Amino acid sequence: MAGLALTDVSKRFGSVSAVDGVSLTVPEGTFVCLLGPSGCGKTTLMRMIAGLEDPTSGEIALNGERLNDIPAHKRDLGMVFQSLALFPHLSVGENIAYPLAIRGRSKVDIGARVNELLDMVQLPGVADRSITQLSGGQRQRVAIARALAVSPRLFLLDEPLSALDAKLREAMQVELRQLQQRLGITTIVVTHDQREAMSMSDEIVVMSAGRIQQMAPPIDMYRKPANPFVADFLGQANLLMLRGVHGGAECSAGLISDLDLPAGETRQISVRPEDVAVAPGDAGPIKAKVSFVREMGATIEIHLTAGSERIIAATSPKAHPDCRIGDEVSVTIPAEACVVFDKQEA
Amino acid sequence: MSLTWLSRIFFACLAIFLTLPIAVIGGVAFNEKKTLSFPPQGFSLDWYWQVFADEGWRSALFHSVAVALIAASISVAIALPLAWFLWRRVAPWARIVEVLGFAPFILPPVITALGALSFWATTGYYGQPWTVVISHGIFFVSLPLVTITLGFATVDREIIEAGMTMGADDRTLARTIIFPMIRPYVISGFAFAFVLSLNEYIVAYMTVGFTLETIPIKIFNALRYGYTPTMAAVSLFFVLVAVCVFGFVARFGDLPKLLGAWSEGDKT
Amino acid sequence: MRRTAPQNPTDYLPITFPTLMLGVFFVIPFGLMVMVSFFKRVQGGFYEPSFTLANYARFLSPFFAEMLVFSLGLAALVSICCLCLGVPFTYRLTRLSRRAQVLWLIGLLGVLSLSEVIIGFAWSTLLSRTAGLSNLFVWLGLMDKPVAWTPSFAAVLTGLVYQAFPYTVLVLYPAFSRLDPSLMEAARTLGASPVRGFLNVVLPAMRKTLLATFIIVFIFALGAYLLPQILGRPQHWTLSVLVTDQAIYQSNMPFAAAMAVFLVFASLVLVAISGQINRRGGGS
Repeated sequence: MAGLALTDVSKRFGSVSAVDGVSLTVPEGTFVCLLGPSGCGKTTLMRMIAGLEDPTSGEIALNGERLNDIPAHKRDLGMVFQSLALFPHLSVGENIAYPLAIRGRSKVDIGARVNELLDMVQLPGVADRSITQLSGGQRQRVAIARALAVSPRLFLLDEPLSALDAKLREAMQVELRQLQQRLGITTIVVTHDQREAMSMSDEIVVMSAGRIQQMAPPIDMYRKPANPFVADFLGQANLLMLRGVHGGAECSAGLISDLDLPAGETRQISVRPEDVAVAPGDAGPIKAKVSFVREMGATIEIHLTAGSERIIAATSPKAHPDCRIGDEVSVTIPAEACVVFDKQEA
Repeated sequence: MSLTWLSRIFFACLAIFLTLPIAVIGGVAFNEKKTLSFPPQGFSLDWYWQVFADEGWRSALFHSVAVALIAASISVAIALPLAWFLWRRVAPWARIVEVLGFAPFILPPVITALGALSFWATTGYYGQPWTVVISHGIFFVSLPLVTITLGFATVDREIIEAGMTMGADDRTLARTIIFPMIRPYVISGFAFAFVLSLNEYIVAYMTVGFTLETIPIKIFNALRYGYTPTMAAVSLFFVLVAVCVFGFVARFGDLPKLLGAWSEGDKT
Repeated sequence: MRRTAPQNPTDYLPITFPTLMLGVFFVIPFGLMVMVSFFKRVQGGFYEPSFTLANYARFLSPFFAEMLVFSLGLAALVSICCLCLGVPFTYRLTRLSRRAQVLWLIGLLGVLSLSEVIIGFAWSTLLSRTAGLSNLFVWLGLMDKPVAWTPSFAAVLTGLVYQAFPYTVLVLYPAFSRLDPSLMEAARTLGASPVRGFLNVVLPAMRKTLLATFIIVFIFALGAYLLPQILGRPQHWTLSVLVTDQAIYQSNMPFAAAMAVFLVFASLVLVAISGQINRRGGGS
């Protein structure tokens, strides 16, 4: 089948299990982000795909061909490293030409291809410059052009944008995504930045402790996280412990009506801050007190204390022109906005 | 403000301290007569000319340069594969060989010299001109070993991996990435060993002191028969050679980095 | 290409030549020297195999003890002088522009690489009556007539400091150039004057480096073999000079070797101490 397929891949370093039984399918032409906190095994997984680490067990296949026994230099992949790993002793053009030159392409072909690639990453005419003469963003582009020089079967990027400042990073995210869509190349990006993952990918793979927690398209994952870890890692989440009662579910703060939980059972739920409705007065089902207000321009974040729970609500500042610390408010959490987790996940 | 001036004066004093002896020997070599007096009496470049005109000094100069060139080559030939092995392989025992490479330079030079004397005397080659070349080669291994090890440390792991993902096998990596990256470090290691071998006295003296005259040996022997302006001229010449070689290293490499500072880019 | 343990015999190939060279031309000569130190001297300039401790027994003489104390004391004094000059110098040097640093480093390397013969010759000229500094002072009217300042203990000390100073700076240089400048800035914002900040913050932070440097320069000074001969009187001779003298002029190899073994032993003890200091200090 076309695309990348990992079957039960594990990697152990001594007694430490870095990657633990990962199975994953990446259809051809898709853009996948491996997302997780540092040490979750995402980089090790990518290095195994690239052939820079050998899996302890399991199989890695690309377009139906088993990759395990093929050394890195014969896999025909393009990879962008966290440090970019541009060769300091070569010029920009020579860096990009490197994979072509060691494959013995003719000088004319190489020259044409280098110019084509530089145009593609919007850096025309810098081929003769030295790497040290480029800015961070330009180096980034050179590393991308170099990785794509031989039209690789798979495009891998390990934390590619982490060295850039916030503004440039956002711009590069858009550019990288457009480039990938234009070339239709299967792309895997390792990142710890959930905004980056949300904004670029077709599918996100969230990893923790060497295992895949969930794989889904970004918006599906945001709306329907599979477990509390995913809910908390991808965006903000209010995680509440609820007990099923007649007519809904309740916590120490109050009631969420119409939420269907088996009576007497305790479950953890997640609700996004923007789904929490805050109104002045004490008419609502949950009474709360404002403990902190965080104005962020486009949105306003209201931190609330309700019973023993802490709840964060996010809303437009226009809706709450004068919300102050210490205000008594009422909170409504709609049942349809709640994601109820299975019992063992609690 | 006053502190800045104080430190400038301190630097100026040290600069005088370091250059004064060299300036004086440079100056006395301008004397017209065959005496050392300062300030010089008369002015003449004859003594500088003597270094190259006089048969004895010229051959000593030739010996010194030949010994230094071959010895520095031997040092690099030992240090390069050793540093490569230490970088490429996980082999704790190889550190012993590394320590052996550093030992001659850390220990007082008399020890290497005496060891060489015992060895060449025992093997029966004592006094052969080539013995000093080998002993110098061993004596100065630590210099290229330090610079080349530093060079390998600059070859980041991701650089190598990038080469691999782009299709380079081990041989191609060594040829296209690793060697070009460490080349400046090899050259500076050679330069350091060359200059120090040029100036080395005790090992040379204990191996070939009675059969082959290098410049330091010739100066020392001449010292016993009185000082001449030619010795001053040749000394100044040696200072200039050293400064030129290190200037060359600084021109084509990052001298502060070679001596242990962070590289320029790392500085914030 | 990953860092791996060597697997097949060809993997060992690169290290064979270095091991062979260092083994044959350093380890064996060193071993021979240790052996010779137990041999017996034969009149006429050579030695014959035997096992005697007589060469070592000679260390017990008052003459040797005096010379040893002088050697160690001189080396310590040189090391202290070099640190007193070298520490403030290196600290300020690493604060200069990169270009100025390079120029100073070239000069220091130039002096460091100079042969002891040339340094000895230059200083003995500089301190001599006929061509020395005193002529300059006479010309300036500071002195009545030129004098000879060599041979003397001061001349030996000056020559050794001259030789060891560039070495001291180069040993201190890496640590000082990596010293976080914000350390000093923090001290300044907390109210310390530059001098106080240097004494109270920079020096304590560098304590281990300074001690290690002291030992390294001490060993370096211990190795000087010519300057005491050229610039001093026989009572200013050090262990290294004596080794050279015994080996070459007195043709007493066994005794020279015994002294060299002793010198190695003393140096190794010091290297081990400095290694310990570095290990304990080398958290970063």
